[in-house]
Amino acid sequence: MKRFLKTHEFYVLTVILILSAAITIINPNFFTLENGLDLLKSYSFMGVLAIGILFVLISGGIDISFAATATIAEYIMAVVSIQMGGNMFTAILIASLVGITLGAFNGFLIAKYRIPPIITTIATMNFYYGILTVVTGGKWIYALPDWFRSFADIRVITLTSKTGTPYGLSVITLFWVIITVAAIFILRYTMLGRGIYATGGDINSAERVGFPVRKLQVFVYAFMGLMAGIAGVIQALLVQTVAPNSIVGKELDVIAAVVLGGASLAGGIGSVGGTLLGVFLIAIVKNGMTLVKIPAVWYDVFIGIVILISVSFSSWQRKKEHQHSNIEIDTAEASS
Amino acid sequence: MKNITKLYAGVRALDGVDFDIARGEVHCLAGTNGSGKSTLVKIISGVTAPEPGAGLCIDGETCAHSSSMDAIRHGIEVIYQDLSLFPNLSVAENIAVNENIALGRKMISWKSSREIATRAMRRIGVSIPLDARVEELSMADQQLVAICRALTGELRLLIMDEPTTALTKKEISALLKVVADLKNKGIATLFISHKLNEVMEIAERITVLRDGRLIGCYQCSDLDDKKLEYLMTGETSVYEPYHFKPDHKGVPVLRARKLSKKQNFKDIDLDIYPGEIVGITGLLGSGRTEVALSLFGLNPADSGTIEILGRPVNINSIERAKQHGIAYVPENRLLQGLVMDQSVGKNLAATTIERLTGKGGLIDANKMNTAIDTCVKSLNIKIPAVDSPVKTLSGGNQQRIVLGKWIATQPELFILDNPTVGIDVSAKSSIHKTIKTLARKGVGIIIISDEVSEVLYNCSRILVMHKGRIIGEFDSRTATEDEIQTFIESQQI
Repeated sequence: MKRFLKTHEFYVLTVILILSAAITIINPNFFTLENGLDLLKSYSFMGVLAIGILFVLISGGIDISFAATATIAEYIMAVVSIQMGGNMFTAILIASLVGITLGAFNGFLIAKYRIPPIITTIATMNFYYGILTVVTGGKWIYALPDWFRSFADIRVITLTSKTGTPYGLSVITLFWVIITVAAIFILRYTMLGRGIYATGGDINSAERVGFPVRKLQVFVYAFMGLMAGIAGVIQALLVQTVAPNSIVGKELDVIAAVVLGGASLAGGIGSVGGTLLGVFLIAIVKNGMTLVKIPAVWYDVFIGIVILISVSFSSWQRKKEHQHSNIEIDTAEASS
Repeated sequence: MKNITKLYAGVRALDGVDFDIARGEVHCLAGTNGSGKSTLVKIISGVTAPEPGAGLCIDGETCAHSSSMDAIRHGIEVIYQDLSLFPNLSVAENIAVNENIALGRKMISWKSSREIATRAMRRIGVSIPLDARVEELSMADQQLVAICRALTGELRLLIMDEPTTALTKKEISALLKVVADLKNKGIATLFISHKLNEVMEIAERITVLRDGRLIGCYQCSDLDDKKLEYLMTGETSVYEPYHFKPDHKGVPVLRARKLSKKQNFKDIDLDIYPGEIVGITGLLGSGRTEVALSLFGLNPADSGTIEILGRPVNINSIERAKQHGIAYVPENRLLQGLVMDQSVGKNLAATTIERLTGKGGLIDANKMNTAIDTCVKSLNIKIPAVDSPVKTLSGGNQQRIVLGKWIATQPELFILDNPTVGIDVSAKSSIHKTIKTLARKGVGIIIISDEVSEVLYNCSRILVMHKGRIIGEFDSRTATEDEIQTFIESQQI
């Protein structure tokens, strides 16, 4: 418990609680089950991507092509579903396969040719977006199949609000929940997960001890791709249209959420719990601003401030701890 | 009792070297850089294969391992200088990782990891908190974690590469105790070292390599420092003591009075005269490095005065320190002294870059190249080319480049923090020579060192620090190594 009070996760949790209290005082609608469940639905997209990038960051890499991957997976899934029919299962399968392929391609380039991940994924991001724009001509897709449209309205638990409108836990949130549980399991209880931490901690040591470092790298980027594929489906379910440019620029938001949740860009450090908190914090800031009627143009400013405060606070704490270990001067002699 | 024997012949970096270690023996492998020590270790540990014709036996059984996993299966573990630990993971996990991988586990059980770790620690009678992250531990504890990890398998031979460079005297003796423990359990230890004195303390036999050839295998009791150094380098180095009687009437290069900083050091008085070499020694954490850093503006003092050549100055930044002619060679040359990926030339020019500008404040390439050439020549650095990256050079040459780039600034006061850590005897003496030449030109020099012998043989005056204060002063003409060592240790309660 004492250890927990010193973790980065604890600071983020504190910031979340303070913000929530402040927003609730101004607008009591914030702290309702309905609003909470709604946020869990609309932030599933960011939450799933965040889990993916968490794996990459822990392994000591970075991926900024995942929004492009998600868009391609979403687009192909939509086109195939419209032209060849299918069901929710095939839709997810197609998007996942596309995502894994594109992600594994990143991983292959990084592991095999040792190109720095940031360069690799900048290149593939441009390449993926470019191909998509060329092939689709930037055309939007509106005519999604009915079975796809109606799936988005399924509620796992249905409740009724005071005004009589039904609300509940969306099936979309379930994707996020299942992925989160799986991620916790992989990272904490499998050698695969520990190998990812070890690689991010010290890649040379990991290799020497016998972790299959290159395979692990391919895995994390392929896993990121899988998450992007699923996030692509979620995005289509949420928005009910597919646009080649709708997710452009979301990469940095997602990475910011994960770093906010305590993951280190240097690798080796990060947790699923922290990542969830990071996503929650971003969701609360954005939602809270709407509820207290701050114009949306201020959103980026607030996110910037929140990231700065949160990250600098825990660095400052670490620095303070570091100084404690300094030399203890012989004061007995000084007084004589 | 069966012997663990290994034989090699006809290896390129190693030329027909025969080598054997008995069960439970503490053996030492000595040699300068490039003598083939690491190649031999790589072969024993299965990282590289020897040329055909080489024979390798373990317990009388001929074997040819092709990977490090094979070697581990035969009970051979190597602890490299960097320890190969994972700083971000817990102690328990770091210790258990070998076994978890060796068993081909897919899942990890935290409970069994903790048990593995506890068992390994009990074997050598240490206890380190299982949940602590390795990066939070001291170097000595990290090393123990690495040893514990090696112990999780059926260990028969433990190879340790330069295990003592980062440890204090007290920690070294604790480590030696652990090695003695292993010996009682029939586990052999092979030390790779070029620090002479501790080699003698622990090993039964020493194998000396030079230029890939076996010079011989000696009983430790038959050798002394001088003789071993001769065997390693092929030449007898002459320690020329540096005695200098400062003309106290002159103006000191540095005069510091009552320099204090909270939680760092207190009431430091220092006078350094031109041409004087002053050594500062003391245990790790005595405040030596902190004082040096404060003189260089990296860790400004809270109170006290500093005079450079008689002028009172306020040094609160590195630029200021450089303007006043102070140069500093850091302890960790890899992290603080050099830009490893950059070329030799650029590293050498880095400190004097503002003097190498031509018209319009742009860098004058001709001026820079001339300056670099002069530097390389005067330092006698062996380099493939001026534009090869620094990381491709040997430790000794890297250290010379750090020295060189500061000599290029033509300093008045030169501070060296442990200038010869981790480099071999011959490179060491050439660095000492450079330092003395510099002093003869009238530069004031401070050498900070763990090794009493280093300050004693190279300095005219030796100051001992303890708990942030200067507690003693010795004259190198009269003091002996034992006297200073005893004095340092007597402070430790």
